[in-house]
Amino acid sequence: MTTSNTPNNKNTSKEGKESPSGFTSKLHLDKHISRRFNEELEQVRTLVIQMGALVEQQVNDGLRAVLNADETLAAKVIERDHEVNTMELEIDEYCTQILARRQPAASDLRLIVSVIKSITDLERMGDESVKFGRNAIKLAKGSFTEEGSRPLVELKHLGNHVSKTLNKALTAYAQMDVKAALEIIKDDNIIDEEFDNISRLLVTKMMENPREIKNSLRVTWCARALERIGDHTTNLCEYIVYLVEGKDVRHATMEQIKAKIDG
Amino acid sequence: MNNTDIKQNELAQIELTETVGNIYADDAKMSIRNADVYYGDKQAIHDVSLDLAKNQVTALIGPSGCGKSTFLRCLNRMNDTIDICRITGQLTLDGEDIYAKNLDPVLLRARVGMVFQKPNPFPKSIYDNVAYGARIHGLTNNKAELDEIVETSLQKAGLFNEVKDRLKDPGTGLSGGQQQRLCIARTIAVSPEVILMDEPASALDPIATAIIEELIDELKEKYTIAIVTHSMQQAARVSQHTAYFHMGKLVEMGKTEDIFTRPSHKLTENYITGRFG
Amino acid sequence: MTNSINNLKENSKENTDMGNTTISTTLSTTEKVALSLKKRHQKEKLFKRIGLFAVIFGFMLVVVLIGDITSKALPAFHQHWVKVDVNYKSAWLNIDDSSALNLKKANYRSVLKKSLYQMFPTASGKKLSRKDKRQLSKLFSTNAEFTLKDTLIASPEHFNKQINVWVRLDDDVDSYLKEGFSSGEAGLRLSQQQAQWVAQLNTEQRIESRFNISFFTASDSREPELAGIKGALTGTLLTMFVTLLLSFPLGVAGALYLEEFAPKNRWTDLIEININNLAAVPSIVFGLLGLAVIINLFGLPRSAPLVGGIVLTLMTLPTIIIASRAAIKAVPPSIREAALGLGASKMQVTFSHVLPQAMPGIITGAIIGIAQALGETAPLLMIGMVAFIVDVPTSIVDSATVLPVQIFLWADSPERAFLAKTSAAILVLLSLLLVINVTATMLRSKFEKK
Repeated sequence: MTTSNTPNNKNTSKEGKESPSGFTSKLHLDKHISRRFNEELEQVRTLVIQMGALVEQQVNDGLRAVLNADETLAAKVIERDHEVNTMELEIDEYCTQILARRQPAASDLRLIVSVIKSITDLERMGDESVKFGRNAIKLAKGSFTEEGSRPLVELKHLGNHVSKTLNKALTAYAQMDVKAALEIIKDDNIIDEEFDNISRLLVTKMMENPREIKNSLRVTWCARALERIGDHTTNLCEYIVYLVEGKDVRHATMEQIKAKIDG
Repeated sequence: MNNTDIKQNELAQIELTETVGNIYADDAKMSIRNADVYYGDKQAIHDVSLDLAKNQVTALIGPSGCGKSTFLRCLNRMNDTIDICRITGQLTLDGEDIYAKNLDPVLLRARVGMVFQKPNPFPKSIYDNVAYGARIHGLTNNKAELDEIVETSLQKAGLFNEVKDRLKDPGTGLSGGQQQRLCIARTIAVSPEVILMDEPASALDPIATAIIEELIDELKEKYTIAIVTHSMQQAARVSQHTAYFHMGKLVEMGKTEDIFTRPSHKLTENYITGRFG
Repeated sequence: MTNSINNLKENSKENTDMGNTTISTTLSTTEKVALSLKKRHQKEKLFKRIGLFAVIFGFMLVVVLIGDITSKALPAFHQHWVKVDVNYKSAWLNIDDSSALNLKKANYRSVLKKSLYQMFPTASGKKLSRKDKRQLSKLFSTNAEFTLKDTLIASPEHFNKQINVWVRLDDDVDSYLKEGFSSGEAGLRLSQQQAQWVAQLNTEQRIESRFNISFFTASDSREPELAGIKGALTGTLLTMFVTLLLSFPLGVAGALYLEEFAPKNRWTDLIEININNLAAVPSIVFGLLGLAVIINLFGLPRSAPLVGGIVLTLMTLPTIIIASRAAIKAVPPSIREAALGLGASKMQVTFSHVLPQAMPGIITGAIIGIAQALGETAPLLMIGMVAFIVDVPTSIVDSATVLPVQIFLWADSPERAFLAKTSAAILVLLSLLLVINVTATMLRSKFEKK
């Protein structure tokens, strides 16, 4: 499991002059008459991307901890959740301030609204990662038999998928890529299917070997956590569509979404 | 390049061909089609068409000098007082052409009232201020009826309780917000059908502004209102439809909530979010 | 603060000693301001003093002027009367009874003369010669005989009796007495004998000084002691009435039209230039116009307040138009817009709003114009209001004269007494101006309050 590159947070300069190209130039975020307002929006964006990077790190580390039964790593993940929560509070407060002082309109308003929603989903993803950590510790304390590795393989597979999807989503967020976001929304059902597979596998295993029930359950919960992370990632992509296109595509089927965007 | 230079670049890149959004209303009180306004050789308004929906508030927003006040003043022919001003196009009120040769502007102005930016009560008593319109149009001969018109108008403007004991005092002795409400009372005493407001709250403090906005909200039940405002937040609070003007052209028009959450045209977006003004 | 300034001074001294004249780099803003502050205060003080001096100087000039005129005018307000023993003998009267008709045609001059000869039978010890008699008569005013007549007609029971009658003294004696029996200019006009008689009358306590009511009740006369301003004052008032009646409406209407209704083109510009120029035309030109056109062409009566009024109207019209235009321009356009927005027609806007608000300024302009016209002499001279008019004019087509012209005529007269009368008339003219100004100020404040 490699740590993915954090998307596009290299040029987080304060003046906003050298912001990453896609995001800011598309919406001309850096062209307000008020320079301070530019900086504030830039700051919000930077913080969200940082939070996204941190959460991605948590997800990957948590997964690794489970797969390698690494107690130390698991403990680190659990402890680091504190940082994620702090960031959520900080960004939330910052957005409230911007709403109060700037009365943003149009795309600026959509940005703030979508950021407030996004950080909730990111924080939840962080909580799910904590579950990895807890389960990893418990799994490590228990015993691993050779047979037990199959579900873990499946878990690893699912974990990679989810991790990649998350990385793609965060990149799409940084680049305001509606196409990529729509792809991810479309592919959410793949994650659901894989989760169903693992569940079935683990149920079979539990039925076969009652002694493995505890571990199996724990692996199930980890799989469930991954599935939830996938849902949150989909949410992030819906917010991206809202931010760029101005259309609310939550709770809609793909046909409806297509119609909304084209219409 | 600084932010004001951006304006020129934007304009160079973005061509204004068609107005974006919805300019038509089902029940339009006033309709304007292809209006052009010239001051001498200079053209101030280019080919503007829009409808003012009945019993709704339409806000006209745009940067300074974009022609929104000029446009507003065409609607009650106040631009007639300026010799070099020339207007072409069709402007109708309930389907009648307001620039018809045989239409007396005085008659039009009795149906289309105007409230100005700086409160301008006459140097007469409060009573005489409100009664003036009714008197000159001969709406009533009876003192009792006149008293009632004055009282009703002041009630509707939310001013009656504050001045009922001093109707003979001069109108210029009131505070700014009260003076503006007096001007509104004076305008509605004539029972117009449309009220045009040219930045009515720009000279007032926030509380007086809030009172005026509340008043506008109540007035729309009976009157069709068009308001020019520099404050976007005010336009967002007060109107149901918003029209964005830029350099004499109508760029976009639509429902206020749409304009302020997801405007269609880039210029509208830039103006509303403060990219340039 | 003062320490730093002292340091500064030391610093600057050092710098200049070293040949380095730049000081500014080491000083803060406060210190720089403090340095220049003293000079600025001094300049202000100087300016204030100059202003005060100018005001006081102007005020002193006015005081001196008024004081001078008043002191010269005072003698005109009282007059000396003398008590004469008059014998209404029927033989002297040359009538038989005291019937009304006879009283009217009786010979009062002879009564006066003979009564006087009775009072003063001798002149330096000798019987009165013809010359003495003439000199005696000349001590008394020429209208003394009419005073006698009026007295007898008023109380016919004194027929054939002797009573005391108060009559006016001649202006030479009056001046002589006013200057305190001096041997100055007034004294030179009396002979020694006459002076003796006057002294005698004085010691007999027959001479008394009374307030000169006839200054206000009589019209012009060749005799200074009888001359009054009633005629001139009436003429002035009539002329002013005509001027006001004609110029005010015309001027205001003209200004309103030019400001509110006239299209802005080259014709109106031309008219404006012409009006401005007319305001500067010498007034005597209007007099010539009046003479040539109004009197000769239209045939209106010469010397009448009507014609004078028309000429003065022409003169003040530009002033009123210019002042009214300025007042109308000063009415803020927001009022006009508000009225138009309510659906008022142009006329209603003008007369309900613009005119009342411009009234204070218009009235001021009218005052200036009328006050100017009040003191105009030259144009009225041209149309003939310079004649010697004795009757008080009763209508605007009667011949009349005006106060400034009267002053001019009296100033020309040789009699000493006319000097006081001229000054007195000037005072009356100034008072008239004051009354007009006060009325106008009251009118203006009434309009402003509304």
